[in-house]
Amino acid sequence: MELEQPAISDTGDFTINMGPQHPSTHGVLHLKVTLNGETIKNVEPHLGYIHRSIEKMSEASTYRNFIYLTSRMDYLSAHMNNQACAMVVEKGLQLEIPPRAKVIRMLMSELTRLASHQLWWGALGLDLGAITPYFLGFRDREEILDIFEETCGARLTMNYNVPGGLMYDIHPNFVGKVKTFLKNFEDHLPEYKQLLTGNIIFEERTKGVGILTPEDALSFGCTGAVARGSGISCDVRKWNPYDGYETVQFEEPMETGCDCYSRYVVRIREMEESVKIIEQLIDNIPEGEFQAKTKVVLKVPKGEYYTRVETARGELGVYLVSDGSSNPYRIKYRSPGFSNLAALNTMAKGNKIGDLVAIMATLDLVIPDIDR
Amino acid sequence: MAIKSLVSGMRLTGYYFTHHKEILTQEYPDNRETLTFGERFRGEVVMPHDENNEHRCTGCTACEIACPNGTIKILTKMEVGEDGKKKKAIEKFVYHLGMCTFCNLCIVACPTDAIKMSHDFEHSVFDRKQLTKVLNKPDSKIVKGVE
Repeated sequence: MELEQPAISDTGDFTINMGPQHPSTHGVLHLKVTLNGETIKNVEPHLGYIHRSIEKMSEASTYRNFIYLTSRMDYLSAHMNNQACAMVVEKGLQLEIPPRAKVIRMLMSELTRLASHQLWWGALGLDLGAITPYFLGFRDREEILDIFEETCGARLTMNYNVPGGLMYDIHPNFVGKVKTFLKNFEDHLPEYKQLLTGNIIFEERTKGVGILTPEDALSFGCTGAVARGSGISCDVRKWNPYDGYETVQFEEPMETGCDCYSRYVVRIREMEESVKIIEQLIDNIPEGEFQAKTKVVLKVPKGEYYTRVETARGELGVYLVSDGSSNPYRIKYRSPGFSNLAALNTMAKGNKIGDLVAIMATLDLVIPDIDR
Repeated sequence: MAIKSLVSGMRLTGYYFTHHKEILTQEYPDNRETLTFGERFRGEVVMPHDENNEHRCTGCTACEIACPNGTIKILTKMEVGEDGKKKKAIEKFVYHLGMCTFCNLCIVACPTDAIKMSHDFEHSVFDRKQLTKVLNKPDSKIVKGVE
């Protein structure tokens, strides 16, 4: 029995539990941390506190019904999750969605990415002991959520994508509001840099902390800003463009520092790239239908289908096995958070306990995405 | 350089401390009267009735089939119409608010626009039974011409 082990071993190691109720784990993640003094010797994540069996529930739902569940996985990238599911059904049905729907999907994805990164930036500041970033991040995110509320009907769990396109056309105010947001955000982004990027305390706490070598990042299957902070190019939008990303110009931000600071810089630069993409698209939304014609009951032909999208955290893959009926036979999600969490032990070993919070913050974990 | 970065950050914090009106905060629930929502905001499912106590629901159960959570249950009855023919009509449109995830699939599925999402978002009650609602009003009828 583990409980009968002595609290401190002969070598002076002891174990503490961080979470499942801890403000800086941003959810119900339980970390079993083995320490020697203040130095981390091992981190063992325990999962399952928020497992809702979304994959199994999807098998009991029809092809139209299972999409809304994925908003509850990585709730900060709800739109991209929905998009991945809609895309896998469209792939099975060999359905081409109208150009207008593609552009609106891209716009919504980039707005979601911005909103997610703004929340991450605020929470990162809060985790490291600065409270102003939290308010400033939420101020900008609020504007995006208002845009979502007007067009999609909800602020977080949008459920705006349906197989074949979008649930509604965009709201008449959408273009104007996005332009206003872009104008405001142009003024606000320098504040982000003024508060954290150049701050000496922040730099001391993140530079050289949580090193993840490119080899480790590859072997753990890390994606998103975590891999790009280690110099690995893995943007699905670049390597495997979907829903029209091949038509927009943007860069894939990469850093080679492999530490927390690099991951931070990658995300800040990703926000700039998202703004670039939105600027290219917002005046060029094609006219036409927002939804392709589909049958009332969708039946995906027998076979296996896989689609992937770039969420705010990395690569989300949806693997669908269909037996030709109106329900999926098997759904498997490859979530970015789970793979990124796998690298936590390697990154944290040898660092101090206080650095664990900084490492977790730059991993940008969303726990329901890990557990599903 | 190091001190400069700290002072620069503190200056921004100080700016917002003294210009607090530039930060968006809402004084909920004191601002209930002035709260505004987008017209598509999804609060809860309602069935609009007109001044003659008539709704547009035919009881086709499209919304019941579309709902992923089993939130909607439609109980139907057979009614004799003015022309003497028997016709299906709703007896009770039961809506379990406690199971609803506000995904909007029922609203999209409805062929006669009989249900819509209201802007009411304050759902908390003391008794769970109050979350089970019957959406059609007593003695209500279907609007003429809706098939």
